[in-house]
This record gives sequence, C-alpha cells and structure tokens, in this order.
Amino acid sequence: MKKTRIFVFFVILIVFMASLSVSVLAQVVEKGGTLVFGRGGDSVGLDPIQVTDGESFKVTQQIYDTLVDYKPGTTEVIPALATDWDISDDGLRWTFHLRENVEFHDGNPFNAEAVKWNFDRWRLEDHPYHIGGEFTYYGYMFQGFPGIIDEVNVIDEYTVEFILTEKQAPFLNNLAMVPFGISSPEAVKKWGEDYFKHPVGTGAYKFVEWNQGDRVIVEANENYWRERAYLDKIVFRSIPDNAARFMELQAGTIDMMDGLSPEDVDAVKDSSELKLTLRPSMNVGYLAMNFKFEPFDDVRVRRAFNHAINKEALIGAFYSGLGEPAKNPMPPSIWGYNDDIEPYEYNLEKAKKLLDEAGYEDGFEFDLWYLPVPRPYIPQGKFIGQAIQSYLSEINVKANLVTYDWSTYLDKTEHQEAPTYMLGWTGDNGDPDNFLYVLLDKTNSNNAYESEELHEVLIEAQKTMDREKRIELYRKAQKIIHRDAPWVPLVHSTPPLALKSNINNFIPNPTGTEKLHRVWLDK
Amino acid sequence: MLNYIIKRLLALIPILIGVAVIVFLIVHLIPGDPAQTMLGERATDAQLERLRESMGLNDPLYIQFWRYVKDLLHGDLGRSIMSNNPVISELKIRFPATLELSFFAMIFSVFVGVPAGIFAAINQNSWFDNLSMMVALIGVSMPIFWLGLMFIWLFAVELGWFPPSSRISVETVLNPVTNLYVVDSILNGNFTALIDVLHHLFLPAVALGTIPMAIIARMTRSSMLEVLRQDFIRTAYAKGLKRKAVIFKHALKNALVPIITVVGLQFGVLLGGAVMTETIFSWPGLGKYLVDAIYARDFPIVQGGILFFAGVFVFVNLIVDLSYATVDPRIQYE
Repeated sequence: MKKTRIFVFFVILIVFMASLSVSVLAQVVEKGGTLVFGRGGDSVGLDPIQVTDGESFKVTQQIYDTLVDYKPGTTEVIPALATDWDISDDGLRWTFHLRENVEFHDGNPFNAEAVKWNFDRWRLEDHPYHIGGEFTYYGYMFQGFPGIIDEVNVIDEYTVEFILTEKQAPFLNNLAMVPFGISSPEAVKKWGEDYFKHPVGTGAYKFVEWNQGDRVIVEANENYWRERAYLDKIVFRSIPDNAARFMELQAGTIDMMDGLSPEDVDAVKDSSELKLTLRPSMNVGYLAMNFKFEPFDDVRVRRAFNHAINKEALIGAFYSGLGEPAKNPMPPSIWGYNDDIEPYEYNLEKAKKLLDEAGYEDGFEFDLWYLPVPRPYIPQGKFIGQAIQSYLSEINVKANLVTYDWSTYLDKTEHQEAPTYMLGWTGDNGDPDNFLYVLLDKTNSNNAYESEELHEVLIEAQKTMDREKRIELYRKAQKIIHRDAPWVPLVHSTPPLALKSNINNFIPNPTGTEKLHRVWLDK
Repeated sequence: MLNYIIKRLLALIPILIGVAVIVFLIVHLIPGDPAQTMLGERATDAQLERLRESMGLNDPLYIQFWRYVKDLLHGDLGRSIMSNNPVISELKIRFPATLELSFFAMIFSVFVGVPAGIFAAINQNSWFDNLSMMVALIGVSMPIFWLGLMFIWLFAVELGWFPPSSRISVETVLNPVTNLYVVDSILNGNFTALIDVLHHLFLPAVALGTIPMAIIARMTRSSMLEVLRQDFIRTAYAKGLKRKAVIFKHALKNALVPIITVVGLQFGVLLGGAVMTETIFSWPGLGKYLVDAIYARDFPIVQGGILFFAGVFVFVNLIVDLSYATVDPRIQYE
C-alpha cells in the first residue's frame, strides 16, 4: 500500500515536472524574425552539386534536403528525405524508403522519380542536364562518373534502389553530405545552365534573392515536412574583412558571424551582448615531411621533429587557445579515433638524441613551406612557420621559410616538390576513411609515404561493412602512422563563431555547415 | 572634332588587341592552375586531369588563344570557371557598383580638393594653407584600410550615423535596372531607397575619395600658384577687375588643364576597382572580385575584366582630352 502511494506520488511528480518543462519550453521558443549571418565571402553558386566552397554550402544547406542527414552537432547519420533503408547482404544493393507528401518549393512532388533523376543527372555524363559545371563532389565521393553507383531504380513511388559496383562502407555518410541535396527536376530543366542562380529544393527555407557579391536571402518554407522554421528569414551577407565584420556585429547590423579573428575572441567573451560558440573540430593541420628528401627518409629525424615542436604553445599563441593538440591524423570527433596512442611529447633532449643517432648531431638545413593563405586548420601560416622555425633551431636544425601563392603551393606539394610543408584537411563526411585513406594511403600521400602495410589495412576497412571491425582496423592504421611518423600532426582547430546573445539553439556541426531551422531569437 | 573622336576610337582597337594578348599570356604563363585552386586540398590527379580537359586547359596555348580570340570577336567573354556565370553578366552586376562608388568618391574629392587648393593658393603661407596642405599630405599617405576601419568604427559603431557597409539595407526593396542604385531608385521613383542608397554611399565614397582629394588639392594649389604669378594676372588686377573675377575667371581657367589631367587619371584609377575600399566596406564591386579571380586563376574573369578596364581607361582619357578643348580654346583637335 505504502509502496503504491510512493509510486503514485512519483508518477504525479514526474508528470508535473514534465508538463512544467514542456510549458517552459513552449514559452521560451519565440517564432519569427530575421537573422543576418555575416560571412567572409559570397556563395559561388547555389546548385549544391556544382560547388565546393563552404560559403555556397552554408546557403544550400538551408534550401535543400538530402536523403539522410547528420544529427545536429555530430556526424552520426539520421533519416531525412529517406525514412529508412535496407542493405543487401553483399552490401551492393541499397533500398531507400522515402518520406511521403513532401513538396519541392515549386510545388512539384518529391518522390522516387525525382531521386533517380537527380542521381542520373549527377552520375551520367550523357544526361541532358549533366551541364553547368563539373559535379566535383559526386566524382570525388563516388569515384568518377558514373562511379560506383551502377544503377538507380524506381521500385514504386516512394521506394528507390541503388545498385553499387563495389562495397562502399561510408556510402550512407556520403549521401548525407550537403552537395547531394535533391533538386526539383522541373526547376533544373527550366533554368538549365542558370539553375545555380535559381535553386529549388525541399528544405526549410526557400530561395528569395541573391544579390551577387553582397547577400543571399532565404525565407521560411511554409510547407516544410518538418516543423516550420522558427525564423521567418535569413540574410547571408558577405563582409570580406574580418575586422569590419566584427565591427558590424558590434554595431548590431549582423546577428552572427564566422571567421572571427583570434584577437577578437576575448572581446566577444567580455561582451554581455555577444557569445562565443566553437565549431567541433573535423580538421587537422599538419607538417608533412617528404620521404624523397634526405634526411626525412629517416624515421629518427621525423620523430625528432615530432618531439621538437610545442603544440600547446602554438595553440595558445595562434588559435587563442581554441584547438587541441593533434596526435593522430584525424580529430577525436570522428569515430575510430585511437585515444590510446601516446603522443610524442615536447622534449628537446629526446629530439636531440634522435638526431644524434641519425648522424645529424650538427644539424642540417632544409626548406620549410608555410601556408600562404589562412585556412581553418592553420589560420596564420607564416607565424606558425616562424614558430616552428624557432623550435627547430633549438635542435640545431635550420629551416628556411618558403611559400608560393595558394594554387602553386597546392600544385607543387601535390607533385612532392616540397621537402617539408604545412597543410591540412577538413573532413567531408565524418568517416575515418575520409582522413586516413585520403591523406596517407600510398596512392594519395603527397610526401612519398608509401606504406604497403597501411595500404592493406585501409583497403580492408573500405570493404568492411561492420562498424566494430572497421573501428579496429582504423585504430590499427593510426598505430602504424604513429610509428612511421610521416607528419608532425599539429592541431585540430575549433573555429570560433560569434553570436548575439539573443540567438538560441544554434548548434554548429563539425562538417562546417548546419541547418538553421531550429534557431530562434529572443525578441 | 568628330574626326578626332573617330580616330581615337579607332586607335582603341590596337590597344585592346594588345591588352588582350598580353593579359592572355600573363594569365596563362603564371604558375598555378584553376583546376588546382578549384579542387583545393581535395584534388586528386584523376580529377584534376578531368577538370583541365573539360576546361580546355590541356590544349596547346595557341589553340586556347585562338579559341579565346574567336569567342571575343563574337562578343563572348566566356564563362567564369568558378561559378559558370557568363563573364559579361558578372561585369554587368559588378561594374555599376564600382562606377557608382568611384563617381561619388570623385565628386567628393573634386568638390573638396579644388576649393581647398584654390583657397590655399590665394592665401599662400597662411595658417589655412599650411593646415590644408598638411591634411592633404596625411591624406595622400593614409593607408585606406586603416582609414576605412576607423570610419566604420567611429561613424557606424560608436556614433551610429551611417551604416557600416554594403550598398543598401536588407529591408529596402529595389528593382535593379542599371545596377547603379542611385539611378535605379530614381527610376523606381523610390525616394526611401534613394536616401538609403546615398546613406550607404557616404562613408566608402569619402574614404575612397580621400587620397584623390589630397592629390587634387595639392595639384590645384601648385597650378594656381604658378598662374597667379604670371603677368596677365597683374594686368587683370591693374585693369581694376575684382579679385573674385581675377581668380575664378582668369586664374582658375588657366590652371585647369593640369587639374583636369589629374582628376581624369584618378577617376580612371578608381574605376579600376578600389580593392581595399571594396573589401573593408563589403562593396560588391569589380576590384575585389577581380583580385579574387586572380587568386582563383579564373582565367575568363581576369581576361574579361582587365580588357574591360582597359577600354574604360582609354575612354576616360578620351573624355579628358576632349575637355581640354572646352577649357582652353588654344587646344583644338583636328
């Protein structure tokens, strides 16, 4: 009897608290209003499959949906336009069940035909609407045209089937990427090569206006298949200069911004009207050592470099402390990260000893290439290069700083012309393969690191569908890489964003862009 | 006069051909390729190859040049590699922004610089002369990015008198006709928009106009000083003419030729795109865009943009030359 009473009491308490919290939540969310997002550059285009830059994706993310999506703030895959899916035992046949009663912004229905049409447009070079650009990300993620997607078949109105030529473990993660947003076929046909200026998707926001070089405006889609966006309108404004953009935020003419300069971080922290948010890291900045150049073919020299650079100090000085020292080639936000790896600690004695063993007790001279442009993973290439130069001088090694303009820099490093070079990577789909295979497999590495052992592990992981097995393989791969030390992994940066304090529910995603339909403003 | 204009316009043709050849060669001979820039860190050899092939970059240079000239003769400047937008439509959007900004910057620099120079000259070595020439010296040596940021900080952030950047408020609706927003708002009969547009123009125009203003003021002063020392001025005074008439009717008119030259040159330079001002004030003009295109190795945009600028520059020079004849009857064009 007593027990029942206590139970009833608790049930009442729980119900009461639940209703309280629901009513509190219901009170809190305020709908409507316009958000002005300040960013460093204009979008290149608004047809997501044709662009590769973050400024374009920032906008297309709002206008389009993909078959599957990333859970907010993570790279975990959740249903979106597809509600669920089946995979055949051999991993080659994927069947997606699509959401019903979804409309494109132009009123046309979303269905299996539309999905097939979009994939055919992307993958078939003889498709009449395979025009207007290079479809770069399709070729990149699905290995060319038509690539590994052999067939896309309509099973019924809301079921579509993909036949792959080979297993691709990250297939689902790839489909969640923003370039693979589904366009209205009618709109693509209507606008042809100019579709990139007239985007039509199923997303939470409809395209309104693009004033090139200045702003893109989107407004809430009243028929969105999820709950309607809380905001009425978003304006993406291009403000190229970091300092000017921050002043606009202080003046109140924009509500939030990315590309905050490290030196402005403290001003944001101190302001009562602004708040700071960090994007979870999905990148790595590194110093690579080229095996083709002596003495970097000697693992002892490479390990000596790993011991000689103080990463914490670099992060304190050049990232305003916003980042974490890297010990692996991929960031901890990615599953399969091997946290058991013992990093090469900052220790000049060890570094010197290793150089002695390698026969370089008197040091040597070499070229250190530093990044000519700010990148998210290395925002101040020259200063970081100078810092590394001074660290290395402590072990009697003289680094000559060298750089080129960005495209030349990429071209020359790609062709293994740099003895050592700073570079980095921002992940695409949240899969370990997208870091380890892409950067360090013998078929891809830019520093002539050609480990057969690593290659076998990475290829096996690509063909394995079981997550647990893949984790084991990737942990092993990170061990091999740590042992061979082809790089000095420097940092995983967490790019800062500054927001007015009345902005709620902005959850930055590690992939670099996020949907803003759940963001709302205190009035 | 008409003959002269036709001759000058005909002379434009070899100039543009020369510019086209030089730009094409420079753009294609500098290292770095657009495919690489476009794909960034993600570039794989296979993809680069495919992209270069589809952009026609694998063809020998002379074939690329021939294709470029052929398209040019058909009035086709090509499409941007980055955005796939036709170059001509990019120019149509961005040049008016640059033109509008430069025009108002020139208005500011002429209407402040010329009177300041005249006043300084007729009161040579007075406190005004010293002060204004000091200001002009500071103006000439002022880094514009710093000046621009200070303007934004003081007048937009602290005082809130002017909007910090952009051409028009987010709320203002304007149907673009010419993309010159001042003209468009008048054509639309939308006076709220006109006020808004002028409001946005003020800070960047003043910032951009500061250096030309200083140069014009110094040039006006020295040119006026030279004329004021000449005999006919003394004669004019001796005739009993009023000081005002001597200065404005006789002295200024004679001093005007070098001033016009400087004004024309400055205007031509500003039209070439004020990269710094456009960057600081988020002004969607051609200068910033062209610099980005150079970094991106977006060949068609760079070629089209520079060719266009060359045309504009020559045109401005022609106007300047013609205006000499109006201010100085001794100059005649046959």
